[in-house]
Amino acid sequence: MERLDKKTALGLLKGADLLGLGAMADAMRKQLHPEGVVTFVVDRNINYTNVCVNRCSFCAFYREPGSPEAYVLGKDELFSKIDETLSLGGTQILLQGGLHPDLGLDYYTDLLRTIKERYRINVHGFSPPEIWNLAERHNLTVRETLCTLREAGLDSIPGGGAEILSDRVRKVISPKKIRSVAWLRVMEEAHRIGMRTTATMMFGSVETPKDIVEHLAVIRELQDRTGGFTAFIPWSFQSGNTELGRESGVGSHESSEKSRFSQEAGDGKEQSARTTRRAHLSSGFRAATAVDYLRVLTVSRLFLDNIANIQASWVTQGLKLAQVALRFGANDFGSTMIEENVVRAAGVSYRVSMDDIINAIRAAGFRPAQRDTYYTILKEF
Amino acid sequence: MPSSLHEKVLSGERLTREDALALFEGDDFFSLGRLASFVAGMKHGANAYFIVNRHLNPTNICVNRCRFCAFSRSKGEEGAFELTIDEMLTKLSEASQGPHPVREVHIVGGLHPDWPFDLYLHMLEAIKRAYPTVALKAFTAVEIDYLSRISGLAIGDTLQALKERGLDLMPGGGAEIFAPAVREKLCPEKISGQRWLDIMETAHGLGIKTNATMLYGHIESVEDRVDHLMMLRELQDRTAGFQAFIPLAYHPKNTEIGGFYSSGIDDLTTMAVSRLVLDNVDHIKAYWIMLGEKVSQVALLFGADDLDGTIIEEKITRSAGALAGERMTRDEMIHLIGRAGKTPVERDAFYNPVESSKE
Repeated sequence: MERLDKKTALGLLKGADLLGLGAMADAMRKQLHPEGVVTFVVDRNINYTNVCVNRCSFCAFYREPGSPEAYVLGKDELFSKIDETLSLGGTQILLQGGLHPDLGLDYYTDLLRTIKERYRINVHGFSPPEIWNLAERHNLTVRETLCTLREAGLDSIPGGGAEILSDRVRKVISPKKIRSVAWLRVMEEAHRIGMRTTATMMFGSVETPKDIVEHLAVIRELQDRTGGFTAFIPWSFQSGNTELGRESGVGSHESSEKSRFSQEAGDGKEQSARTTRRAHLSSGFRAATAVDYLRVLTVSRLFLDNIANIQASWVTQGLKLAQVALRFGANDFGSTMIEENVVRAAGVSYRVSMDDIINAIRAAGFRPAQRDTYYTILKEF
Repeated sequence: MPSSLHEKVLSGERLTREDALALFEGDDFFSLGRLASFVAGMKHGANAYFIVNRHLNPTNICVNRCRFCAFSRSKGEEGAFELTIDEMLTKLSEASQGPHPVREVHIVGGLHPDWPFDLYLHMLEAIKRAYPTVALKAFTAVEIDYLSRISGLAIGDTLQALKERGLDLMPGGGAEIFAPAVREKLCPEKISGQRWLDIMETAHGLGIKTNATMLYGHIESVEDRVDHLMMLRELQDRTAGFQAFIPLAYHPKNTEIGGFYSSGIDDLTTMAVSRLVLDNVDHIKAYWIMLGEKVSQVALLFGADDLDGTIIEEKITRSAGALAGERMTRDEMIHLIGRAGKTPVERDAFYNPVESSKE
């Protein structure tokens, strides 16, 4: 199969017949995964803190330092969450949090060591913004930071915080978050020291189809050089309770009584981002629909010929559309999500059990299998 | 998919029972979608319809206790409710105002043990008087059968009386699955499939248009589904009274049957096969309250041409673990249809385009 160029991808994203695209993505999925197995990982999202200085406009999870709802997870609570994960057959924890201004590298290494002393579990933790932030605050290189974390017990890195890897978009939706090149740099360094990571894309905010293609292109380019990405996970912006959603009026679960977003707060960067967002949103912004999601999914499958696995996002799309996604290029169902806080904060809550996941995969016509972080199959159902 | 099937559809030849089974059992998901899309396109071009409507459930008290239903209650049971006619009118008042008023009220409720037939006549009359331009889509065949029993009137006379007081058309509920063995397990107290068809035939004969449904994804077989579609098609050949067919995905929560939700793949497959088999039914509806907004939108690419309506308040699906919200705005429906590459057309209860829909 010939490699898709950016121009062709853009054409497909903008206008190709969705069923035609689906058939192509489905054929490619079959070629890459001929055994008809759809995998999932049993894990739990543990958000060690919700305090974050980045204040991204699409996020409903963060709290300001000093907010009455701010928290940092205590160790006992952490242990009981891990105990529960293991008792449910879990193999991984996804450890992520906000950028807490008072938590230094020592906190992280201590956290990792404590976990590894007590448990045999894969720690999939700290997305590039967290790592970049630590490096900056401690005057370390990214590589030094990563090595320190790995020595303390970090196994692999989640692909979050990528959002859309276009600085034009990032300046609008997350002006304080690390730039595209920094995100890629963290991933490249991680791959270079032998760590595997995933890559994500959050679309359906203010990006154009061109931005999506650019995102796919930089991921593919890095993967050509390192081969370190295990999977690509596209998902769509969930607007509930977010500043971006509130500005656009699309959030269906807006809590205006919660005045978490003071209208004029923030520095010059944030204010100019807000102005740009408003201009964009007044031109009729709406959240990505199912058809939009499937379209992005198929183009991702077709374009990322060097990434083996594409995840369906049942957390943002629901089980039924996630099943449909398995015929539009996806071959993995992601995590069972024993606990998920971030998307839930945005008003979307599809709670399902492992049985639901297994049955959903089977009902969609595939053989369900539990995998580990590295896509090694552990158990077929 | 055998190429003969392909050619049959393209040339407009009618599919057989065996063809329909082959479509269900095949794995040619995208060809199936394309074929169904082709047929929908021949009938409706790029149009996809929606309606500004409202549901009204007068009561959830029901003498039938179907195993798949999480809505019904016995009289006196916790959660049982019965609305007065005034309460019904109040519920409708909000929805009948503004630039995009409701065009249709969809009334469906339980079989109340004490309500007299007169109450139903008064209900229709009162609503029609208050909202003369709103179409009243009311009473499934199951309710009609019950009303005929409590009134002592024949089915035809029952329907005629209701029609005279304002009944405009009938929903297609209560069909479930016609296969007697499945029906016996699913809803033993409910009228038989044949009785359902007979009542619809009588309604069609009186000039009352109806919908038709099929509840799938529980304990039925693929053969049961195909037979169900065949029986509908046969009746439609004689009466042409079905406006739309609505495949209803089973919801397992809080029901006696339990089990799982049907898969999104099955939902789209069933939609497409229905479009292909029911060549004599104009519209195939992706009922978003049952399928969820997301799968419904994708169904517009698998042969469906209608998303139903804004609904506003829905209790039956909700009781059994609805995957969708309770209402959708007119703007949201327009957006969903547009993003699927279709032309949104606001319709009235009879599929006439509403003037304001082309904006």
